Amino acid sequence: MDYLLHVMILALIYSVFAMSLNLELGYAGLYNFGHVAFFGIGAYVSALLSQAGVPVSAAMLCALAAAGIAGAVLAVPALRVSGDYFGIATLVFAEMFRLICLNERWLTKGPMGLPGIPRPAWIAPGVDGMPAYLLFTFLAAVGTFVFIRRLTGSPFGRALRVIREDEHMAQAFGKNILLFKVKAIVAGSVLAGWAGTLWAHYISYISPADFTLTETMLVLLCVVLGGRGTNWGPVVGAIAVVFFGEAVRFLPIPQALTRYVAPLQGIIYGGILVVIMMKMPNGLIPEYRRKNT
Amino acid sequence: MAVHGVSLEIGDTGVTGLVGPNGSGKSTLFHLITGFYRLDQGDIFFGRHSIGRLSPHVISRLGLIRSFQHTRPLPFMTVLDNLIAAAPGQTGELIWPLFLKPARVRREENDLREKARGILRLLDLLPLADELAGRLSYGQQKLMELGRILMAGPRLILLDEPTAGINPTLIRRLVDVIHRLCEQGIQIFLIEHNMPLVAKLCQHVFVMDSGELIFSGTPKQAREEPRVIEAYLGRENHAA
Repeated sequence: MDYLLHVMILALIYSVFAMSLNLELGYAGLYNFGHVAFFGIGAYVSALLSQAGVPVSAAMLCALAAAGIAGAVLAVPALRVSGDYFGIATLVFAEMFRLICLNERWLTKGPMGLPGIPRPAWIAPGVDGMPAYLLFTFLAAVGTFVFIRRLTGSPFGRALRVIREDEHMAQAFGKNILLFKVKAIVAGSVLAGWAGTLWAHYISYISPADFTLTETMLVLLCVVLGGRGTNWGPVVGAIAVVFFGEAVRFLPIPQALTRYVAPLQGIIYGGILVVIMMKMPNGLIPEYRRKNT
Repeated sequence: MAVHGVSLEIGDTGVTGLVGPNGSGKSTLFHLITGFYRLDQGDIFFGRHSIGRLSPHVISRLGLIRSFQHTRPLPFMTVLDNLIAAAPGQTGELIWPLFLKPARVRREENDLREKARGILRLLDLLPLADELAGRLSYGQQKLMELGRILMAGPRLILLDEPTAGINPTLIRRLVDVIHRLCEQGIQIFLIEHNMPLVAKLCQHVFVMDSGELIFSGTPKQAREEPRVIEAYLGRENHAA
C-alpha cells in the first residue's frame, strides 16, 4: 500500500515537472536540455532554507522565486543563440549547476547531499505522512495544471505557438519573440522549481547525483511520449513513464535468467517506450487530432 | 553586397510597385526596410521615425507590415485564429492580466474575433473561418495572409509578389481588396512580376537591377525606358 502511494506521489511530481517542460518545449518550441537544473534549484533552495529553520511553506515560495530568477539568468544570454545552440547552452547550464552543488561544500555539503529535509508541518514525517503528502502533491499538480491551462489557452499561449511555428512571421506581426521566450522559460523554471521542492520535501534527502542529464531525459520522455503542446499530454506521459518503469519490476522472469533481471527489465521498459513512439509519434495525446490533416 | 546605393521615397502615392529581374535585390530591400536584415550603412525613415536600426517587431508596431514571398500560414490553426494571432498589443499576451484582468482579456478576444470575421468577409473567406489554414489552397492562403496584415492595423503594407502562383479569379479579388485599402488611406508597396497588373495597380514604379535602383517613374514610362527594357522586360520578351 505504501509502495502504491509512493508511485502515485512520484507520478504526480513528475507530471508537474513534465508540465513545466512542456510549456517551453511543447508550446514555445524551446529545447531546454537543462531543465533539471531548475528542478534542482527548487529542491536545494527549499531544502537549505527549511533546514535553516525557515517554515517549509516560506522556503518553498523562496525556491520558486529562485528557480524563476535562475530561469531569467539562463534565458537572456542563452536565447541570443537559437535552435540546437540554445539546447547546448541549457545543457551546459545544468552541468554547471550540478558541479556547483558538488563542489561548494560549505553550502551544499557536496556529494554527501542534504539529509533530513523536513516535511510541511501538517504532514507527518516518514511513511505515516504519505497519504497527506499524496493529497498535497495532488493539489499541487491540479494547481499547476489549471495555471498552465490558463496560460496556454490564452492569447499568450497562442503567441507562443505562433513563435514556435514561424519566428519571422511572429516578428512581422509585432511579437517581441525574445520577451515571449524569456517569459516562457521563467514560467517553466518556476514550475520546475515547484516540482523540485515537492520532491525534496517528500524524499527528504537530495544530492547532486539526483540532478543529472538522465533526469532531464526522463522528463523529456514524459513530455514527448505524452504529447507535447497539449495540457494532458505531459500528465499522461509522466504517469505512463512512472507506471511502466515500476510495472516491469513485476514481470515474471524465468528462473534461468535471474542473473539478468535488471537488464531484462530495462530492455522491456525501453521496448515499450520505443513501440509507443513508433506507433504514436505525436505522443499518446497528439496536439492536432482533426480529421483529414 | 546585395543592395547598394538605393535611395527611394514613397510619397503619398496609393500603390507603389517594385519590379526587377530575379536576384535584383527586391526582396532584400524589403527585408532591410522591415528590419529582418541589418543595414550596413544609410538609414530608412517611416514618417518621422528613423527605422533603419530597429527590430522587426518594433517596425511592425509602427504600422509597417509586410508579407513574405512564400505563404507562411500557421497550418494547424484555424483561419480565424491565424488572423486573431496577428493583432498587436493584446492584453492577454501578458501573463499577469490573464489572472488579474480576465474580463478585459475576454472582451478583447471577442472584439478581435469580430474584427477578424469582418476582414474575412471583406476577403470572401468567411465560409472558411473555422478551417485549418493548412488546408486552404495556395491562393486562399495568400488572401488569408492579407487578412492577417489587415488585423495588424497597417499604415503601409509591403507585399512580396502577392499574385505569384494564384489563379485569375483570386487575383481579381486581391486587386479589388487592394483598391479598397487605398480608399481607406492605407499605402501599399509591392513587388510584382506581372507587368500588366503593375501597370493597372501602381501609380508609381521603381525598377531594380543588380542591387541598384535603375528607374523611378510611372509604369508607362518604365515600359519605354531602355535600361528597364534591357534589364527586365527585354529579357522576358526574348524568353517569350
